[in-house]
Amino acid sequence: MTNAFSGPGPDAVFAAFLAGGRFMLQQCDDCKKYVFYPRVLCPHCGSPKLSWQPASGQGTVYSTTVVRRKPEQGGDYNVALVDLHEGPRMMSRVDGISPHEVAIGMAVRAKIIDEPKKGKLLVFTPAQGGAA
Amino acid sequence: MKITDLRGKTAIVGVGLGGLPSAPERSSMEIQTEAVHRALADAGLKPGDVDGLFTGSSHAFMPALSTAEYLGIRPKISDTTMIGGSSFIGHLLPATMALQYGLCDVALICYGSNQGSGFGKLKSMSEPQTYEAPYDPRHPITSYALAAARHMHQFGTRREDLAEVAVAARRWAQLNPLAFARDDLTIEQVMAARMVNDPLSTLDCCLVTDGGGALVLVRSERAKDFPKPPVYMLGTAMAHWHRQISGMPDLTVTAAAESGPRAFAMAGLTPADVDVVELYDAFTINTILFLEDLGFCAKGEGGAFVRNGRIAPGGSLAVNTNGGGLSCCHPGMYGIFLLIEAVQQLRGEAGARQVDNTHIALCHGNGGVLSSQVTALLGDASTL
Ligand SMILES: [Zn+2]
Repeated sequence: MTNAFSGPGPDAVFAAFLAGGRFMLQQCDDCKKYVFYPRVLCPHCGSPKLSWQPASGQGTVYSTTVVRRKPEQGGDYNVALVDLHEGPRMMSRVDGISPHEVAIGMAVRAKIIDEPKKGKLLVFTPAQGGAA
Repeated sequence: MKITDLRGKTAIVGVGLGGLPSAPERSSMEIQTEAVHRALADAGLKPGDVDGLFTGSSHAFMPALSTAEYLGIRPKISDTTMIGGSSFIGHLLPATMALQYGLCDVALICYGSNQGSGFGKLKSMSEPQTYEAPYDPRHPITSYALAAARHMHQFGTRREDLAEVAVAARRWAQLNPLAFARDDLTIEQVMAARMVNDPLSTLDCCLVTDGGGALVLVRSERAKDFPKPPVYMLGTAMAHWHRQISGMPDLTVTAAAESGPRAFAMAGLTPADVDVVELYDAFTINTILFLEDLGFCAKGEGGAFVRNGRIAPGGSLAVNTNGGGLSCCHPGMYGIFLLIEAVQQLRGEAGARQVDNTHIALCHGNGGVLSSQVTALLGDASTL
């Protein structure tokens, strides 16, 4: 457990992990639930005792949409909500297939990429073996 | 004091609209003030009679200060709680409490915006959400598209059902001379419209228009002294469970499932008692979600419920009788227009779109991305 109220806050710690190529999640020492996005207090039980754990990277697409965009501006892209194996849900994107082929229930795996102008970005790709 | 003690204790005695259907070269404050003037005139009052101010804005950082200065009034209490487009229905609660505790005698709720003419697109003061922004969601449509996609996946809701909501709203708008969009509209046209965020097309989205609204509230004991038939606040409740769409526990269940039952309990009513239903239809999926969450049909059956013109003029349930955010107006935040339409229906002032024998109206406001939910039940004198 890191001290919740001094030093770099959870946002900065998460960003530093990500910049180093690691996807880390907070886990509550008291109720054992996982937390995302990173917080100072556990939203499940109010405890400030949150520890960083490596994420499994496994997830399932909870919902998905195709944001339509003109081809000259980069074309259509995906935005998805992914339920992580550990419990929390996050917004992300499924890469590696057409945005139109991303489907609810699809098993996906986290991947950290270098995104132009954004730096490290956490995305997902279809997991080996297809549906969850 | 129990919350049910507030039932019927506050009355709306004046309503006014401004800037509809459009108001080019007029500022947000000018549009709001037109609505305020009409609402005060409706109640036989002057600006100086207002001593409680409840307002919200997407153009002013301190909207109570700006509004009071512009009107030349000195409120004894102001509240500008910002929970998105549902804020103005939410303001019924502090306004009622302020009136009942004698903090003020005349409460004004107001809003105005020139988003249609001034910007041509939705102007949001919302800050980017740190953990969503890197994926470039379009605010707010991407969030609503994710909810619609999940509802379709889980319950078999069809795009045709979403289109049915847009067509019903348009048919009501065709009966409303102040509505912005009144051309004929078919399910086929909605289905064929340009896709923006799957499964939502341009015609699944609310308008971006100019518009303002205002309401004047007093304690019920003096409501009969005003020129128009009073409309009574029977129950109001709010709930919010998340801020950003990734924080919404179940994208098919909104916090209306909590605000609705609490508002009904405060009013001592059930959905079967409601004569007209005014729902915040920022997108077509909203109407379906709120009909379910408020108890007009079972969860998952909203798509089937709206089929065959059921919520259109002549259907069995009158929903969004002014044409809604989809076809009447949507100047950034729409909640206040739900209340004004309900008052006009309860007074019998709604002209060609008047629903017969209307005694009880439900207004349901939505804010953020299905985030804040506020339900209000209003009634005429027969409901006291
Ligand atoms: Zn905990």
